[in-house]
Amino acid sequence: MSSSSVLYDAPGPKTRVRNRIYTVAGSLAVLGALVFVVLRLNDKGQFAPEMWNIFNNAGVRTNIRDGVLMTLQAFAVGAVLSLVLGVLLAVGRLSDHKPVRWFATGFIELFRAVPLLITIYVLWVLFLANRGTLGFSGEGTQFWALVIGLTVYNGSVQAEVLRAGINAVPKGQSEAAYALGMRKAQVMLTVLVPQAVRSMLPTIISQLVVTLKDTSLGYVITYQELLFAIRQMAGNITVNEENPYVPMIIVGGAIYVAMCLLLSALANWIERRGRRAKTGIDVAGAGEPVTAADALEVADPVPGGPAGRQN
Amino acid sequence: MNVLLDHLPEFRDGFLGTLSITAASAALALVLGILIAGFRVSPIPPLRAFGTGWVMLLRNTPLTLLFLVAFFVVPQILFPGTSPFMLATLALGFYTSSFVCEAVRSGINTVPLGQAEAARSIGMTFLQTLRLIILPQATRTVVPPLSSIFIALTKNSAVAGAFSNTELFNISKLLSDRGFAIGWIFLWIALAYLIITFAISGLFRLLERRLEVAR
Repeated sequence: MSSSSVLYDAPGPKTRVRNRIYTVAGSLAVLGALVFVVLRLNDKGQFAPEMWNIFNNAGVRTNIRDGVLMTLQAFAVGAVLSLVLGVLLAVGRLSDHKPVRWFATGFIELFRAVPLLITIYVLWVLFLANRGTLGFSGEGTQFWALVIGLTVYNGSVQAEVLRAGINAVPKGQSEAAYALGMRKAQVMLTVLVPQAVRSMLPTIISQLVVTLKDTSLGYVITYQELLFAIRQMAGNITVNEENPYVPMIIVGGAIYVAMCLLLSALANWIERRGRRAKTGIDVAGAGEPVTAADALEVADPVPGGPAGRQN
Repeated sequence: MNVLLDHLPEFRDGFLGTLSITAASAALALVLGILIAGFRVSPIPPLRAFGTGWVMLLRNTPLTLLFLVAFFVVPQILFPGTSPFMLATLALGFYTSSFVCEAVRSGINTVPLGQAEAARSIGMTFLQTLRLIILPQATRTVVPPLSSIFIALTKNSAVAGAFSNTELFNISKLLSDRGFAIGWIFLWIALAYLIITFAISGLFRLLERRLEVAR
């Protein structure tokens, strides 16, 4: 039973009339706001045909394509590295050796608490200062600052997700593995981690969506990804003595939303698939991004309560 | 060490800037989030559609893009010359409202069905049911996720610093441009954020304890 139907009765004739009035009024209000926005922007000439004609320009298209490619490049490298780091940190935090555990815990807590933007910026400044010794050239500095920033932040978050997943694996699993004579590393890598990854896959992918969105922070350190390309073109091109901010932002926003929705759809699909399988531990609900994860404590990210259905 | 002591006023301004942007956009996000969550469970289809669209759009847009919208499009729609603080608050508040909305909505889902049914059977309207019965009970389950959302908001407020607001990121940028060692700046800024996030999670834990009632 969906919650929405519990909150109100099946409408009677009067309510139906009233609801219809609200429907009209609500639609009018939303439409009115939209029309106001469109009219105001139209006054500024943001919807003039010439303004949108810029997308017929081959240079503009190439810039957008390059921006998307740069975004995807940073995302791909950052995602892979953050997953690797996530596994390492999760295993480290569950290690039997105290120094390893402390190091992993400290690393995770520090980088989860500091805003990603600041991490990226600091890395950029450091890399710029040591450009010679590190052997970066041109775009490399920004790229690696962004990628490593994304890696340490998202790696820390993924580590917490994985740790929750590992803790959710029934105890019998590791006991059985130990009883078979497996070593600690074997138990962790062949028994616990695979099951944790499987059960947390939707959450991991939701976090990857966050990683994708966070690549846009590269804008601040002048990494030439999609947002930077949009901003630069919008600032440089003038049509009828106006900058085409609105067309650029609409097009760029649509590209971002499409990319994120594709990834989210993947998470939802995996969640549904996982629910079909009867074996193993439950698959966590999708759409519970741990972005919001507490910087200080992990109230177990395995969603316990009924997860709001993602749309 | 010297960076902090010599530039205490700057650090203080940055700290207060982060606090005020966070507080202002948290208030905006809370109000909008609850409103939109109400829309999403309401009996009126266009409002539901509006809520769904709102959440889908804002959750899948990078925050930086929203800042671009706020700083380059909003002044054209409303009056130009709005302060950067207002614009940053708008962008952060709108972005966070979609997360608040989802938290509130899943909170609404956890209130036992019988409560809403009982409210309806004594003749309460939708608004009465929501306002008097459902939301007060949902508060209890909404508080823990809200704490994480506001901590995320604190961290997200750093983006505002890249758009000419005075806050901690802006200060770190300023000082590093003046040639101070970035490592120390980073440590102090990290400490400042830790203080804020600890305070938020402590506050919410307190709130949680106050609201804890045997069900």
